[in-house]
Order: sequence, then C-alpha cells, then structure tokens
Amino acid sequence: MIKSRFCRYCGIKVTGDETSCPKCHQPLPDISVSDSAKKAGQIFIFGLLSILLSAIPFAGIVFAGIAIYQSNRNDLAKNQSKAKTGRILALIGMPLSIIATVFVILTLSVGNIAVWAANTWTGFIYWLEGIPADFENNFITDNRYTYIFKGLGITFEVTIFAALLGIALGIVVALIRSSYATLKEEMHGGFGKGLLKFLNAVAGIYLTVIRGTPVVVQLMITYFVIFASSNNKVLVAVLAFGINSGAYVAEIIRSGIESIDKGQFEAGRSLGFGYVRTMAFIIIPQAFKAVLPALANEFIVLIKETSVSGYIGLQELTKGGDIIRSRTYSAFLPLIAVAAIYLVIVMIFSKLVSLLERRLKNSER
Amino acid sequence: MNADNHVIISVNDLKKHYNGGEIKALDGVTTDIRKGEVVVVIGPSGSGKSTFLRSLNLLERPTGGTITFEGQDITDPSTDINLLRQNMGMVFQHFNLFPHLTILRNMTIAPMKLHGLPKEVAEKKALDLLWRVGLQDRAMAYPSQLSGGQKQRIAIVRALAMDPEVMLFDEPTSALDPEMVGEVLDVMKDLAKAGMTMVCVTHEMGFAREVGTRVIFMDQGRIIEENTPEEIFTNPQNERLQSFLKKVL
Repeated sequence: MIKSRFCRYCGIKVTGDETSCPKCHQPLPDISVSDSAKKAGQIFIFGLLSILLSAIPFAGIVFAGIAIYQSNRNDLAKNQSKAKTGRILALIGMPLSIIATVFVILTLSVGNIAVWAANTWTGFIYWLEGIPADFENNFITDNRYTYIFKGLGITFEVTIFAALLGIALGIVVALIRSSYATLKEEMHGGFGKGLLKFLNAVAGIYLTVIRGTPVVVQLMITYFVIFASSNNKVLVAVLAFGINSGAYVAEIIRSGIESIDKGQFEAGRSLGFGYVRTMAFIIIPQAFKAVLPALANEFIVLIKETSVSGYIGLQELTKGGDIIRSRTYSAFLPLIAVAAIYLVIVMIFSKLVSLLERRLKNSER
Repeated sequence: MNADNHVIISVNDLKKHYNGGEIKALDGVTTDIRKGEVVVVIGPSGSGKSTFLRSLNLLERPTGGTITFEGQDITDPSTDINLLRQNMGMVFQHFNLFPHLTILRNMTIAPMKLHGLPKEVAEKKALDLLWRVGLQDRAMAYPSQLSGGQKQRIAIVRALAMDPEVMLFDEPTSALDPEMVGEVLDVMKDLAKAGMTMVCVTHEMGFAREVGTRVIFMDQGRIIEENTPEEIFTNPQNERLQSFLKKVL
C-alpha cells in the first residue's frame, strides 16, 4: 500500500516515506490517506448513531460528541464527504438527543411536565421581576459595590506579590534540589558540598511541611502566631500564599528540569559549559517551555486560593461579596458576581497563556 | 598519520567500578592516543567502550587510574574540567542538538560564551563549517526540521566550532537510518583526512578499516587486542576478537 500524504504547509501530495515535504521541507503528517478514510467512516457511523439513538438518554449525546470531536481533531479525515455527512448528522443528532434526554429525565423526576413547567415559569418570572430591586439593594445602596472593587484590588495585590514570591522561592528551591542531585558526585567534599547538602535538607523539610498542611492553616498560623504583633493583613497573606505557592512551583520547575533529556545536559557540558551556564543556556529555557502550562495552572489556583483570606479578616474579593450578603440577607447576586469575576479573570489569563505558549512553540517551527 | 606524533591523551590503568567493585565497566585500560591518530574502538555491547570514551572527557568519573591530557592529569580534582572539555569535541549517538536554538545558534553559543568570539565572527565561522558539510542553507532552521543524518552532521560541526584538539565520537551512526549513515561517515572521513585526532566508538567496520589508523578491541572492560586495522581484520590473534568479527562482518 502506497502511503500518500499531504503537506500541511504547501498542500502538495507526497507518496513515499519522506518525513519532510520535498518542496517546503516542513515535517509531514504521519497519517496516511487510507487511515483517514477509515476515520471518516467512523465519523459517519457515529453521526448516524447519534440520530438513531437520540431517544435514549445520553447515548445520542455521547455519539454526537465523539463524531464532532473526531472530525475536529483529524484534518485529513474531516475534508472527506463521508466525514462531512457524519458531522452534519451529529450536529442534528446532538440537539435532538439533548432535548430527548432532558425530556426523559424531567418526566422521570417531576411527573407531569406541563404542570411543573407552568409553576417553574411563574416562579422564574417572579424572581426575574425582583432582580432590579435586588441589584440596587446589593450593589448601589450605601455604595456597596465598593466592597467588590476594593476586594478585587486586594485580591490582585495579594495574588501578584504572592506569585512573584512563590516563583522566586520555587526557582531557588528547585535549583538547590536538582543541583544537589547532579553535583553530589562531581564535588569533592569541602565547604561547598556541605553547604549544598544542608540547603538540600532544608528545602526537603520546607516542601514536606508546606505541601503536607492546608493553606488555610498556614495562613492562620502566619497571622495569629508568627506575625501576632503585626496587623498588616495584606503582607501576611502575601507571605503565607507566597511561601505556600513556592513549594508547588519548586516541584513544577524541578519536574521540568528533570523532563529534559540527560543528553542535553551532557551536550552542554561536553562543549565546555559549566553546571550553571549549562542550566542557564540549555536546560532552563527548555524546562520553562515544558512547565509553562503547569505554572499558569498554579497561578490560577493561587488566585482562587486567596479567597480563604477571609479567615484572617482580610477584605479581598470573596470577603467583600460575603460582607454584602451579610448586610442585605440576599446571597444570590453578590456571590454570583464574585464567582463571575473570578471566572472572567481566570479565562482572560488562560487565554493569555495559550497565546504565549503558541508563540514559544512557533519558535521551533 | 603525520610525523608529529606526540602523545595527546595517555590513559593508564583506568578503572570504573560500580557497587564497590561488583560491576567492572572498565577494568584497567591502558593506551596512548597520539596526534593525528584515528583510533577506532570496537567490541560487543557492554564491553565498556562507551564508558571508556566518556571517561576521556570525564562525563563518566573513573574510580581508578589516571588520564593525562597534554601532560596534565585530568583525574586530579583540581583540574578545570570545563577548560578540558573545550579542547575535546564530543559527538553523541543521539545528536543532542539544542532544540530551542537555531542551527546557527547551536553552533555559535559555545564559541561566543566560552571563547568570547563576537557574534559576526562566530557566525562566519559557523557558516564556513556549514558549507563544509553542505548544510549552509539550513542555518536558520531548528533541529526538529532536519533529518537524522543532517542533525549528526550539525552535531559534528557544532563540536568543531570550538576548535578542539581531539574529537570523540560515541556511536555516531547507531541512531541513524541506514541511508543516512554514509553522509555522516563522509564528514568523519574528511575530518580524518584533514588530520584531526579522533577517537571513535563505532560498529561501522568499513569505516574502521578504511579510515582508522589503529583499532582497539575491548571486551569486559579491558583492551583485548590493539593493532592496525589491517592486522585486526585480516589476522586477529585473540579468539574473542575472532568470534566478534565473525558475527559482525
């Protein structure tokens, strides 16, 4: 069977075992036309199944999902007519089966759907009519929105400085641990090795303690025990969350350093670079690229973790929303507003990170 | 090959033991490497030939014996290993190009940072080397865009960019598709003709015979036989060498 593939960059057909396009020298995709025909057939069958089985709760949704996912994922298969038909079937089958599923579940749970729907609708309209007044009471009266905005400012302040502290601590701890692991054979006793051994032990204790206890407890210990005499809640929160985050960042960075092929390190050393310069020029730039998603995730976790700062009475975003709730006895709007703000921040940040990631990846093409 | 055949590397009773002597990767290796020689090290897998080669620039730390490079005992802890390695180019089985850097940057980073060459000079030198191996048009590419044979040719000129006195090759063609072996061996042959001192661990017996000035046969951490390629291949003395050659030729 002749393998024929299409270059994704200039579109020409290649029949042979080349790994890169003869015209533009870009790498060729692995998948052959015959494989993609098989995939297209599968997509068609799953699309068909999603319509046929749409009356069975969830089944149609699952099949339609598989068909759409496969056709999105596979560039070569998706342009074949079978796959296109399957995709259209799935796009029809998906809403059909969602409606069918909802209908079946509602019938099972509430009996007479018409009565239930009428009651729910009335209740919903009543609630909807109350929203403007509720909004005014929660956010406008007494300028209560300032709790949200001031809280958001504090959340940003704590998160950003804690993240900076965490990354600095994390890099130092990760370098101590990985350099000890690499250099312990190369160093010949003496003060340097003793110091590194001591630092490595300290770093080990730090990681164990921080990762083994809840962040809320660490925050409270920092505020009520270590800085009992200070009332600078922002500083305490920055320290507690920064020290906490540092432990996780350290492990992320260390795993990144260790994920780089040992040959890279040897190649750097064999050219004559010392340990530090090999790390700086060869290993760290690659490790950073590898751990960027994990680091971004740690930052997202950190933003959300700061919401427990209310335990030491710091009025950040969550506490701000909660104060409004305690004043107005109306929980829905303030808490939903707080949740929405976190969500928007995280979504914007994720988008930025994926843009950065794509840029870094482009540099290798 | 040249008349100037002073000893560059002198290895004396080199040992590498693991687990307190239980495993002997190297068990007393003694040899001299002279300027302009192309020493080919052959032997069955696990014979210690790679360990021997990697000991020469201390990627493996020997547990006994001495290595003298240009009259200096490099196993002495006070030796500047990094300076030593700048004088010994190394080519690995798996190329180990830096994937985050362009080919040009792969070749200029060490000369610029370690030799302090200005960018233009380092790049001129790198481009000259790329011309030598016919890859001048790939200077701005990244390693992932090259074939295996091209990667290994780049790895060789990356090491050459440091102007080493000795080149160490650790099975440079073992990870290559068969049709790419030739282009790498050609570069190595040109290098040998130009008078470079080379120590080469390889399974390419044709290369050993054609280019080598001396062949070392190792087994179980020891040098079993050491002679000109002519003698090794046509008149092997040791029976382990005889059976090895029977298998590989």
